[in-house]
Amino acid sequence: MLNEKENVYIVRCGEVALKGQNKPYFERMLVQKIKKILKGTEGISVERTDGLIFVRTPLDIPREDILKRVGRVFGVDSISPASEVDITGLNADEALAEAGRVAVEIMNGIIASKGIKTFKIEARRADKAFPVESPQIARRIGASVLKGCKVLKVDVHEPDALLFVNVRRNYVYIYEQKILAFGGLPIGTNGKGLVLLSGGIDSPVASFMMAHRGMVLEAVHYHSYPYTSERAWEKVKDLAQILTLYTGRLRIHSINLLPIQEQIVQHCPEDETTILVRRFMMRIAERIAKDNGCMMLITGENLGQVASQTAEALVVTDASVSLPVMRPLIGMDKTQIMDIAREIGTFETSIQPYEDCCTVFLPKHPVTKPKLEKILESESRLDCEALIEAAVASEEISIIYPDE
Amino acid sequence: MRALFLGNMQVYLDNSATTRPRQQAVKAALEAMESSYGNPSTLYRLGLDAEKIVKAARKTVAASLGALPEEIFFTSGGTESNNTAVFGAWESRKKQGKRVITTAVEHPSVLNCFEELKRRGADVVVLPVGRDGSLDLDVFRAALTEDTVLVSVMHVNNETGAIFPVREIGRIIKEFAAQKGIAKPLLHTDCVQSYGKLQFKAADLGADLISVSAHKVHGLKGTGALYIKKGVHIQPFMLGGGQESGFRSGTENVPGIAAFGAAAGLLRISDFAAREHLKKRLTEEIPDIRINSPEDGCPSVLNVSFLGCRAEVLLHMLEQDGIYVSTGSACSSKDKGSRVLRAMGLSAEEIEGAVRFSFCADNTVEEADYVVERLKAHTEGQRRLRSAFRRK
Repeated sequence: MLNEKENVYIVRCGEVALKGQNKPYFERMLVQKIKKILKGTEGISVERTDGLIFVRTPLDIPREDILKRVGRVFGVDSISPASEVDITGLNADEALAEAGRVAVEIMNGIIASKGIKTFKIEARRADKAFPVESPQIARRIGASVLKGCKVLKVDVHEPDALLFVNVRRNYVYIYEQKILAFGGLPIGTNGKGLVLLSGGIDSPVASFMMAHRGMVLEAVHYHSYPYTSERAWEKVKDLAQILTLYTGRLRIHSINLLPIQEQIVQHCPEDETTILVRRFMMRIAERIAKDNGCMMLITGENLGQVASQTAEALVVTDASVSLPVMRPLIGMDKTQIMDIAREIGTFETSIQPYEDCCTVFLPKHPVTKPKLEKILESESRLDCEALIEAAVASEEISIIYPDE
Repeated sequence: MRALFLGNMQVYLDNSATTRPRQQAVKAALEAMESSYGNPSTLYRLGLDAEKIVKAARKTVAASLGALPEEIFFTSGGTESNNTAVFGAWESRKKQGKRVITTAVEHPSVLNCFEELKRRGADVVVLPVGRDGSLDLDVFRAALTEDTVLVSVMHVNNETGAIFPVREIGRIIKEFAAQKGIAKPLLHTDCVQSYGKLQFKAADLGADLISVSAHKVHGLKGTGALYIKKGVHIQPFMLGGGQESGFRSGTENVPGIAAFGAAAGLLRISDFAAREHLKKRLTEEIPDIRINSPEDGCPSVLNVSFLGCRAEVLLHMLEQDGIYVSTGSACSSKDKGSRVLRAMGLSAEEIEGAVRFSFCADNTVEEADYVVERLKAHTEGQRRLRSAFRRK
């Protein structure tokens, strides 16, 4: 009997299924994450049964809403809105007849909306106790559809519509689409990192990519108020708001770098300004990371994009800290990064013109191949420890919560 | 987020952007909302009360402009008044000629309308201005042809305070039309910045259409008026229920209009001593500045370039002191900075450092002193940092 009391979704965990003994742990995490993202909507259940996760919702909750929200949970590989047929107490023939009847109903719906001509049935017998084997199941459901939908023909190579039939204990599930999600690993399964979040295009994408691999994030943002605008800070909060769709709650440490920049400008060579500032950013970030249980730093740097991102500059930058620095965008082209930014919805916000509006501290000809000894010599003219201490002490923390 | 200014000094010097509403204006709006909330078009008493409010406000606003009540049409503000004037004039006169004339430094709500007129087939002439922001009347004379149907020239420029010779332009148009025996081209003037700041009467200006806004004279945002000289007819911009004698449909913004009336009744033309004081002290005490406002400009605006400084940074620094000013130019390299200052031919450095101080009658000399002291510190700090940076 077809379940018409609620909407059913099958959620597949892709990679997490491969994790051997960790599997139950990852799956439990995933169920927890899905429950969390659907929290606030009444009457929803999320359950794990035999390697699949089933989401059940009241009929009046729009399908797109569920697909969109669950699709954003890292670790979810794909989602299918499914028809659930209860075959409890039926023998195999009765069960397949019932499933065939429902398949015809679904197919008629597809014919009405898309005007298809050919179809294919793919069957899977998850319950090995069911006495009919998968190819037979496909054939018998296919026969029902051929009989029930006179306009259709079978095409096993390029069907207009592909219907999946999954026979499980007491239930048969029939669905048309597998909607691909982001994949990855559930957040919280891979430690915690501190991302250097600017208002640009790259760092939100870098954040997304690390969260995608299961990392919990915290962020640090640097500004030079009043040399930069307060709007730039609003923009960073807007970006963080978008990121929370994927990462959940996000804590941002905001730090004014101006006192440090002033010291650098007054005591160090102009062409080293950018790299020196960069090293300070890393050291402050390291301090914040250690204070907040973050195991690594994350930046949106990308090899060769600007002067501070040449191989030589990255070496000099990294030498300032002992924590590992993750650069998930290191080998990507700008266009690829922009594509991801568009997909995750941060692009439009990133390109607002408030970004680091001040070029006062941008040298005309920055060094592209800095030498560590020279940089260390320049830094020796500053009281680095005191400057870092003061910067960390002046931090302001904002916590951004997901909207939904 | 930021630690704001110490002490409680708050100096608002951005009155060309908007003004603080007068208490009486807020009260009038509140009363209109709480007690006289009827629709002025309805027949019962509650509607009549609302209608009376609008009528009284119309009278006050008209008096403040030296106009007749029936010459005042309430709108949603300066932008709508400008749009209505430009498009209305064009639509009603386009059969008689194609030329329309304006200046390069008009507010976008005029300039963008002229851009649109170009697309609609008008022969648009945009007059250039000089380095002091002024308009050369001979340039205007040369642009005036028998084919001209509309001239739109602002009374006071919003960024520099430059006063445009609207009266002379009105006279030139009149003489030209009489001489050629043609219908007089319509003259529109955007008086959003001069209203309440300069003493003038609509009739003296010789304009057919005048735009004013309520929130620049201590009324509320979302209210303005268009003066249309008696006997002049232009096409309405908003069609509908026929409010405002059929010229501007839409249920009247009674609270906004009530506040406008209250604010207009309290207008007083100031001598802007604070502005003069600020100008004098800045000129004497801060080196390397350029006063971008003309000597004979509107005394409510003072535009100054602080060379070697970035206006936006100054703005944020002053903000921390509780001082609010504005910059026409953005700090971004992608943005070319103030359109008006560019039209005046200022250098990139002059545009980058341009700050606009704009005054109302309430600003004091003491406030100006405070601003000078803070500016001295901030310009010095910024210049020192910058020169340190460029020296090596």
